[in-house]
Amino acid sequence: MGRYVARRLLLAIPVLIGASFLIFTMVYALPGDPIRALGGDRPLPPAVVAQLREAYNLNDPLVVQYVKYIGALLQGDLGTDFRGREVSETIAMRLPVTAKLTVVAILFEAVIGIIAGVLAGIRRNGFLDNVVLVSSTLIVSIPILVLAFVAQYVFGLQLGWFPISGISDGWYSYLLPGLVLASGSLAYVARLTRTSVSENMRADYVRTAKAKGLPNRTVVMRHTLRNSLIPVVTYIGADIGTLMGGAIVTESVFNLPGIGRAIFDSVRSQEGAVVVGIVTLMVFFFIFFNLVVDVLYAVLDPRIRYD
Amino acid sequence: MTDQQQADLRHDEVEAGTTTGLAAPSVDVTDARQNSLWSDAWGELKRNPLFWIGSLLGLMFLLMALVPQVFARGADPRACDLANSKLKPSAEHWFGFDQQGCDYLANVVYGARNSLIIGGLAVIVILVLGVFVGALSGFFGGLVDSLLSRITDIFYALPLILGALVILRTGLLGRGVVAVAIALAAFGWMTAMRLVRSQVIAVKSSDYVAAARAMGASNHRILVRHILPNAVAPVLVYTTITIGVLIAAEATLTFLGVGLQRPAISWGLQIENGQSLLRTAPHLVFFPSIILTLTVMAFIMMGDALRDALDPRQRS
Repeated sequence: MGRYVARRLLLAIPVLIGASFLIFTMVYALPGDPIRALGGDRPLPPAVVAQLREAYNLNDPLVVQYVKYIGALLQGDLGTDFRGREVSETIAMRLPVTAKLTVVAILFEAVIGIIAGVLAGIRRNGFLDNVVLVSSTLIVSIPILVLAFVAQYVFGLQLGWFPISGISDGWYSYLLPGLVLASGSLAYVARLTRTSVSENMRADYVRTAKAKGLPNRTVVMRHTLRNSLIPVVTYIGADIGTLMGGAIVTESVFNLPGIGRAIFDSVRSQEGAVVVGIVTLMVFFFIFFNLVVDVLYAVLDPRIRYD
Repeated sequence: MTDQQQADLRHDEVEAGTTTGLAAPSVDVTDARQNSLWSDAWGELKRNPLFWIGSLLGLMFLLMALVPQVFARGADPRACDLANSKLKPSAEHWFGFDQQGCDYLANVVYGARNSLIIGGLAVIVILVLGVFVGALSGFFGGLVDSLLSRITDIFYALPLILGALVILRTGLLGRGVVAVAIALAAFGWMTAMRLVRSQVIAVKSSDYVAAARAMGASNHRILVRHILPNAVAPVLVYTTITIGVLIAAEATLTFLGVGLQRPAISWGLQIENGQSLLRTAPHLVFFPSIILTLTVMAFIMMGDALRDALDPRQRS
């Protein structure tokens, strides 16, 4: 087990470096001179420009810039944006918003998805099963962008149940965007649970449990569900990383000041350091949660051994 | 095939939304019946309402992209009259008018062409890249496989929208239809690669490939004549679903302001424009949204139906 984790960690390092270098290259290929843009209408004096270019390593070749960046990163320094604010400060301010949004989304995904999947899977081809199948196809087909607007219009503007933008209402303002963000994965969790439950309902140990006279409820809750949830739990775990990266649209429509929104803003204003910093962080989360899930899989399912 | 390879194959298939599993040796597809897989699949498809709804919708949007004039009821999307600004839908003008006073039905209908071209183009690039890299990786194994798989992992760690957003913003590709398609393909080919790779690994260890090799077939011949045809079914399912996903992604990128630009006609631009008017003229967001959703749905329904039809494990 320890060796497996160590091997996975080692494999994750080149991926992390490669992904951040990819983003770094693309970002610093951005057209236009950010330093010049900083001056606005009045051009900055050449001496100031030269000094700023030196300070941000803009005169070095790309690879050297990258190596300097990684060097600083390893010492916990993510650099500063062109207004002199620490990138780590921006992240510290923005990350909690995205984290809360992700938590809400994961909760929706797990609770609604699993309940729907279990109801569908217990009686395959029954009425509920068809309802879940059809509605999950529909939900998967609706782009998040569209769903966000529909939710905002119906529940925010028309019914007035939820705030339509911002985070001024605490956790309550995360409910609607969280549900929107979760929708696609929710449908997928429902399908995954359904398949898993219906396969397990045919297993021998379930027949044994039924034969010894256990009520249906106990059979489902104690026997089928426990075994069926293994793939579901791992999917949800890996989804944490994906959702954090997928929050750009949701945060834009609902105007939430999270890291998705920060990336979008900084891509527009050519704040290279912020873009690279946040994307590297997201890639790190993505890899981290995937690793956790793989390890979790072995813990949950004793049949799987990594050696 | 080892258990680990079998598990990888299964995982990659689930990831790609296809579980046709043709290449898995554990599935016996050559039973007593004389029917080929494809005629069986067609028989199955014919009875699936999802398939018919999906293909009718798909056909409709294809026609819409080819001859938008017919669907626009004679209106010109660029003939605008400010006096009509934001008028609500009426019997004459089914979708009403946009802010500039242009007929909205015509505008929404003309948007289909760009969406379908981008979806189609991006998926072609994804297939070429995915099949090429995946086949190389799976077939040769060893160092080639390790290297290509790590590169794939790197791209895989970057979310599609995020990667495409950054590369489009650099302006290296420009801002046209081709640029958006390439940006989407550049960050969307990884699942296809993994799918093809594990299919190839699965087939490679099968008896008929060993037989072909014993008869002196070259690498190239084995790859093209024996291995790739077997990977067609899952790739087909994946492709169909992915076109839908890519169309949605295009609209999203355009909405975020890095995709198509005016004067191009695109659903993403229409939604972006209508966003600030959601309160007073909600139809400006809703009509392009509905049509966009139906287009995505068409492809996802067709893909779902294809998967069910091509999956021998689901047959009774």
